[in-house]
Amino acid sequence: MSGFDDSLLNEADETVRVRFVVNGRKVACEVAPRDTLVDCLRDKLELTGTHAGCEMGACGACLVQLDGRAVHSCLIFAVQADGGRIDTIEGLSESGLLADLQAEFHRRNALQCGFCTPGMLINAHELLSQTAQPSREDIRDALSGNYCRCTGYEAIVDAIDAVAKAHGENGGAT
Amino acid sequence: MSAPLTSLDRPNSYIGRALPRPNAKRLLAGRGRYVSDLKLPRMLYAAFLRSPHAHAKIVSIKIDEACAREGVHLVATGADLAKICTPWTGTLDHFKGMTSAPQLPLPLDRVVWAGQAVVAVVAESRAIAEDALELIEVDYEDLPVVVDIDGARKADGPLVNPGSANNTCFRSQLDSGVVDDAFAHAAHVVEEEFSFGRHTAVTLEPRAIIADYDPSAGMLTVHHGTQTPYQFQDLYSRHYNIPEARVRVIATDIGGSFGMKLHVYHEDMAVVGLSILLGRPVKYVADRMESFVSDIHARDHRVRARVALDAKGEILAMDVLDLTAIGAFSTYPRTSVVEGNQVIRLIGAPYRFKNYRATLEVIFQNKVQTSQYRAVGHPIACAVTERLVDMAASKLGLDPFAIRAQNVIPDDAYPQTSPTGYRFEALSHQACLKRLHEMMGYDALRAEQADLRKRGIYRGIGIAAFVEITNPSPAFYGVGGARISSQDGAILSLTPSGEVRCLISVTEQGQGTEAIISQIVADQLGLAQECVKVITGDTEVTPHGGATWACRGAGIGGETALQATRALKRNILEIAALILQEQPSALDILDGEIVDASTRNPRLPIAEIARIAYFRSDTLPPGTQAQLTVSHHFAPQGYPFAFTNGIQGCSLEVDVETGFIKLLKHFIVEDCGRVINPMLVDEQLRGGIVQGLGAALFEECRYSDTGQLMNGSLADYLVPMPMEMPDIVIAHVETPTADTELGAKGVGEAGTAAASACVLNAVNDAIAPFDATISSIPITPAKVLKALKRF
Amino acid sequence: MDLGETAVKAKAFSYFRAATIDQALDAHARAGDDARFIAGGQSLVPALSLRLQAPRLLIDITHIGELRGVRREGDALRIGALTRHCEMLSEPLIAEFAPLLHAAAPFVAHPAIRNRGTFGGSVALADPASEFPAMTLALDAEIEIAGLSGRRRVKADDFFIDLFETALEPGELITAVYVPLFRADQRFAFDELARRRGDYALVGCGMLATCTGERIDDIRISFFSVGNTPTRVKGVEATLIGARLDAERIAAAQGALEGDLAPPEGDEVPPSMRLHLARVLLGRLLGRLGEGA
Repeated sequence: MSGFDDSLLNEADETVRVRFVVNGRKVACEVAPRDTLVDCLRDKLELTGTHAGCEMGACGACLVQLDGRAVHSCLIFAVQADGGRIDTIEGLSESGLLADLQAEFHRRNALQCGFCTPGMLINAHELLSQTAQPSREDIRDALSGNYCRCTGYEAIVDAIDAVAKAHGENGGAT
Repeated sequence: MSAPLTSLDRPNSYIGRALPRPNAKRLLAGRGRYVSDLKLPRMLYAAFLRSPHAHAKIVSIKIDEACAREGVHLVATGADLAKICTPWTGTLDHFKGMTSAPQLPLPLDRVVWAGQAVVAVVAESRAIAEDALELIEVDYEDLPVVVDIDGARKADGPLVNPGSANNTCFRSQLDSGVVDDAFAHAAHVVEEEFSFGRHTAVTLEPRAIIADYDPSAGMLTVHHGTQTPYQFQDLYSRHYNIPEARVRVIATDIGGSFGMKLHVYHEDMAVVGLSILLGRPVKYVADRMESFVSDIHARDHRVRARVALDAKGEILAMDVLDLTAIGAFSTYPRTSVVEGNQVIRLIGAPYRFKNYRATLEVIFQNKVQTSQYRAVGHPIACAVTERLVDMAASKLGLDPFAIRAQNVIPDDAYPQTSPTGYRFEALSHQACLKRLHEMMGYDALRAEQADLRKRGIYRGIGIAAFVEITNPSPAFYGVGGARISSQDGAILSLTPSGEVRCLISVTEQGQGTEAIISQIVADQLGLAQECVKVITGDTEVTPHGGATWACRGAGIGGETALQATRALKRNILEIAALILQEQPSALDILDGEIVDASTRNPRLPIAEIARIAYFRSDTLPPGTQAQLTVSHHFAPQGYPFAFTNGIQGCSLEVDVETGFIKLLKHFIVEDCGRVINPMLVDEQLRGGIVQGLGAALFEECRYSDTGQLMNGSLADYLVPMPMEMPDIVIAHVETPTADTELGAKGVGEAGTAAASACVLNAVNDAIAPFDATISSIPITPAKVLKALKRF
Repeated sequence: MDLGETAVKAKAFSYFRAATIDQALDAHARAGDDARFIAGGQSLVPALSLRLQAPRLLIDITHIGELRGVRREGDALRIGALTRHCEMLSEPLIAEFAPLLHAAAPFVAHPAIRNRGTFGGSVALADPASEFPAMTLALDAEIEIAGLSGRRRVKADDFFIDLFETALEPGELITAVYVPLFRADQRFAFDELARRRGDYALVGCGMLATCTGERIDDIRISFFSVGNTPTRVKGVEATLIGARLDAERIAAAQGALEGDLAPPEGDEVPPSMRLHLARVLLGRLLGRLGEGA
C-alpha cells in the first residue's frame, strides 16, 4: 500500500525522468525535483519564450498553459507537471491559436520590450475563451496579475478588446 | 501641426505615420532573444552572497567549504577581483567639489549597504551556486548606520565614509535676480515642504549579463542587457586593461531598461572579472530580490520651496532647498548628483519669472545607490512647481488654468533663457494649456465635481505643466570628463539587391528605435520600409555613439540616419546619373525606382544600380568608384539641449473614508517637435505616465531604521498594474527644433515628468473641502487618512 | 528580510507523488516529518524557491482522487481539499450553496493563481491575510483532517490557532471542508480593501446572517488581514443579533469592533488605521446586508 521507497529520501540531488506533451509533442527530460517548470522549459527544452520575471507568481511573465489552463510555470516544479500537457507561446504561435491576438497586438503596438508579452497573450487567450464579450474592466481584471513596465496597459486592453469585438462580429468563435 | 518633412502624397512618406514596429512580431511569437535566454558552450553561472548589514566591517570570510562543493568552479572575494580590476569613482569634473569613494566589484573590508554583494560563487548551475553560498561564512562587525537624511546631516553623527568630514557628496547653489527683494515685496508667499519616496525601475527582465573572455584571443565578449553598449565597451576595456578593439559588447533584446541599465553595477563588473579568471563564459541574472537591493533607486528628495507672487497672481520669485540622499556611493560613470542638479534647474521652468535661488545638497547614506532613472529629476521639479502654483491659485482664488495662463512664458516670446541657465529654443505652453482645457472638457468636469461633492463623492482635478530635457549635447556628461558620447553614427549600405542595411549606434529597448530609423531611412531614400534592415546594439558592427539615454534616440539618432541617408542617396544618384547620362539633380528616388525628378517617370530600379555597381563596375565610366556604403556621424550643435514641453491633466476620486484613490482618466498635451511615428510617441507617453502614476500612488522602497529594505519583492513593492491604471487621452502640438533637419525632440520621459505632480494636485483638489493637504509622494491611503485626520 | 542569503532556486529535495491519502501520510512519517504536502503549491513553491523552507521530501497530493470534488452531503456541502480557487467561481454547487465563497473567490490573487491554488491548501496554510480561511469562520465550516491516527473533524472556530498555526498536527492533511448549505433566510456580504486588484487586503471581511424578515437572528462575521489569524468578531455579532440593520445599529456594531480586533503593528499600516478601515468596511457591508445583499 505504501508506494513509498525510503531510498528516495537520499536521492534529492538525483535527476528524475519526466514526460510531458509539450506543444503537441511528447517529450521526456531529466530534471531535478527542485527544478521549476519555467527553468525546465527554458533550460532543458530551450523554449525561452516563457520568461521568468519574479519567480514568485507576481508578474505573469512565465504563464503557460497546463492541461489547457493558464498557470505560472515558476510556481510549479517540473516533476509536478509530469504527465501533463503543456503549451507555451512557441506552440500556441505555431498552431495559430493566438494569431488574431498577435496581429492586433502588433497593429496596436501593445508591446514594447516584449518581455511580458507571452504571458499577456496566454492570459488574454484564456479570457477570450471564457468570456466572449469582456468589458474593458473585465480585461483589466483578467490581466491584474500581468505586469508590464513599458506600455501603461491601455494598448494591451485596446488590442484584446478589438479581438473580442471582431470575434463577436464573426459569430463568437475564439 | 508643423508642415510635414516629406510631402505626404508621395510614396514612402513614412515620417509622421503611425506604423507598427517591424521587429515586434518576433517578440509576439516568443522569439525574442534576451540575455537571460542565452546559453553559451561551457557557460557557468554566478551567484552572490550579500551583506545582511547596512554598514559593517568585514572581519573574515571563510570559503573553503563552498569551494569544495561539487559543481563549484570558483569562489571569489573582493581581494581576488581587485587584482585584475581597477577601481572606479563616480564623480564628474563639472560638478565642482563633489566626492565619492572609489569602488571595486566586491568590497575589500567594509560593506556599506544591506544587500551589497560580498562574495561571488561560480558554479555549473545557479542552484548549485546558491547551495554554495550557504556554505560561506562571513564575520561582520557592525558599524553605525546612516539611514535617513536628517541622521546623515547631523553634526558628529555616524559617517558613511570614515575619515571624511561629513556625509556630503555635493553642494550646489543657484542665485539669479533679486530673490530676497522679491519675497520682501511680494503680496503673497506660499511655501511647502515636499518629500519624494525612493523608488526603482523594476524592469520586468532583471539585469542580465554574460561575460565571455577568451584568453587565447585576449578577447572579451559581453552579452549585456544594457541600453549603452559603447559606454560599457569603454569601461570594460579600461578597468580590465583590455584593448578597446578586443572588447565587444552585444546588447540584444532587453526586457526594459528606463535608465536603470546604463549604470555600472558591482555584480556586472564582477562577472567580467570572473570570466577573465576562469576563461569561460559566466552568466549572471539578478533575481527579483537582488534587483530590489542592487539596481539603482531614484528620487528620495526632500524639498522645501516657496514662491512669491504679486497681488494679481504673477509669479515673482522662487526659493528652493533640495536635500537628496543617494546611498553610499555616487554611481559610475554618470554620478548620482544629476537628478538633484536637474531638480533645481527645472523648477519653475514653464514660467517667466526671473528671480530664482536654489540650494542642492546631495548626501551619502547606507543604502543602495540612487541614480538616473526615467525622467531624472523632472517629476520632483514638476511636482514642487506645480503644487506651489496650485497653492498660490487657491490662495488668490484663481483657477489652476488661469494662473498658469497668466504666468507661462508666452509661445511668441522665444528664445528664452531660464533663471537657472537653461536656453529654450521654442516651447508651446499656451497652445498646450488651451488644448488641454478643451480636451478634458474642463468646465464640465468642474460642474460634475461640484455636483458629486454634494452627494459626498470627492473627485479631484489636477493639471501640471512641464518642461523636459532631450537631445543632450556634450554639455551633459562630456564636459565633466565622462567618456559618454552625445553623438551618433550610422553606416548605411545599398545591398546588391537594392535594399538598405543601416547599422546605427542608437539602441532598441522596445520604444521603437529600429522602427523609426527604418521609417526615416525609407522616407529619405525613397524605398519601401520593409527594404530597410536596421541593426543596433553590437559594438563590433555598429559605430560608436551615445545609444539610449536622456531622450536622444529620435532627435539625435534620427538626424544621424537622415543625414546618412541623404549622403547615400547622393551617391546612388551620382551612379544613376552616369548610367542614365543625366545630371544627378534631374533624378530622384521613389519607391525603389530612379525617377525623373520633375515628372516622376521611372527610369531604373535602384536594384539595377546596385547590380551594376557591385557586379558590372566595368560598364561604368573609367575612374568611377561607386560608394554605396556611407558612414556618417552627427553631433548635436546649437542649443545644448532640445527642451520639450507639455501639460498633463487627471481626474480621480478619493474615498475619504478609506483613503483609496481611483484614477478615472488622464490627459496629456505634449510637444516633442517633429513626430516621426505618432503611435509610438503616444505609447511612450502612456508608458511614461503610468510609471509616474506608480510613483504617485504606489511605489516606494521602504527601509527599516537599521537600513534594511522592507519591501524588496514584487508582492510587497507595489508597481502599477492594469486594473488600477486609467485610460490616457493624448494630443500633440508640434514645434520642431530648427537645430536639425528632422526637427525631432525626445519624448520618452515626458509622461513620467508630470504624472505624479498631476495626481498630487488632483488629490489635494479632492480633499480641499476638508482643509487637508498632502505634499508627499507616494500618496498612500495612510497619508490620505492622516491628512483627513481619520485615525 | 534577510539579505545575506537571498535565493531563487530551491534547496534540493526528494519528490513523491502519492496515489492515496494513506500513501501520503505514510511518506510524511517516513521522512521524519521533514516533509511538506504540496497541492496547488502557489504559496509553497515560492517559499521553497526563496529557501524560506527546505524540507527533505515533497509529497504531491494532487493525484489523490478522494480529495477532489464538490458534493452535497446531508445539510452540508463537502468541498474536497483539492478544489481549485477557479472552481469556486465556476462550480454551480458553490454558487448555490456557498455563495459567500463564490463572492470571495474573485478577490483571491489573480486568474492564473486561481487556476492552480486549492481551497484545502489555502485553509491549511491559514494565511491571516487570505480570504478563504476567514470565510470558513463566517460559514461555521468544519474541516476534515486525515492523519495516521485516523480522521477527525474540527470546527473552523477551533482550527486557527496562531500565525500560520492550525489544529493540523505534523503529518496531517486536510481532506475536505464541510460548509452548511446556504438557506433562503440567509444573507451574506463580502468585500475587502486592497491597494491593487488581487493584492493581500489591508483589511477584508465576510459575513453570513440568518434573518427573519429584517431582523437578524444570527450572524457570523469574520475579518482577515487584521491579526495573526482570521478573526471572528463575536462582540460585534452580539450587538447585531435580534436587531434590525438601521444606521444606529450599524454604528453600534462599528463601535464594538475595537473590543474584537487588536491589529498588530504593521510596517505601513498602523493598528489604528487598520481598525479604522475595518470599521469602515464593516459599516459598508452591514449596509449592504441591510439592503438584502
